[in-house]
Amino acid sequence: MKLSFTVDGDEFLLAGEASSQVKKVLKQLGVSSAIIRKIAIAMYEAEINMVLHANGGSIDVDITPEKIYILFQDEGPGIKDIELAMQEGYSTASDEIRELGFGAGMGLPNMKRYSDDLKISSELGKGTKVEITVYLNREGD
Amino acid sequence: MLVRDIIEKLDLSIVAGENALDNEITTVYVGDLLSWVMANAKQGSIWITIQSHVNIVAVASLLNLSCIIVAEGAHVDEEAIEKANNENIPIFSTDKDTYNLIKELIKIGIE
Repeated sequence: MKLSFTVDGDEFLLAGEASSQVKKVLKQLGVSSAIIRKIAIAMYEAEINMVLHANGGSIDVDITPEKIYILFQDEGPGIKDIELAMQEGYSTASDEIRELGFGAGMGLPNMKRYSDDLKISSELGKGTKVEITVYLNREGD
Repeated sequence: MLVRDIIEKLDLSIVAGENALDNEITTVYVGDLLSWVMANAKQGSIWITIQSHVNIVAVASLLNLSCIIVAEGAHVDEEAIEKANNENIPIFSTDKDTYNLIKELIKIGIE
């Protein structure tokens, strides 16, 4: 099953819509709540990042009996130093965004922690591509 | 314990999600940084926060939290109320601070 979403970069407070729709689909498919939780967390973080940092983008979800693969693509500013961005607590979010409880520097670490496979590629000035895979037949974190 | 059981005991005002008061409470999580809540709050938790914008509903819904208590009289946004009604996430408001809410929750048996 394939699902596609366009994420609006202007309405950052509404971010999370795509994640919630995917969660509903997975629930209907009978995916376990532990797996749904992993996907919901990883996907929400990626979706929020896309809105906060890249003025939106696209999300493509591919669900098979073995795994769920989610591709996030944006045409934002790109990530200068991915290794640094992966560190807990590192964030480039503005004060305004932080006051709303975002920008804790936990987005990428959460994506890594809750996905089975995470790939990030980014080019400055061109955009960022994030690929999250969660396997359906593995248990635990 | 159900969400409806804490309303009177803690003297909370119902702001949204009246249709979901039979959600079962498991435990409590406190936090205002959304990514920390995402990573750590357990299913069925009461979430106490001072964030009050629409994205708290997305977090609560994605994690299947039982309800949100917005503490210290923080004003809950209209969009949050609307979304919480659609997603069936109870939101309560109170003037009490988190410390006192926790004391009361422990007193009524939520650990």
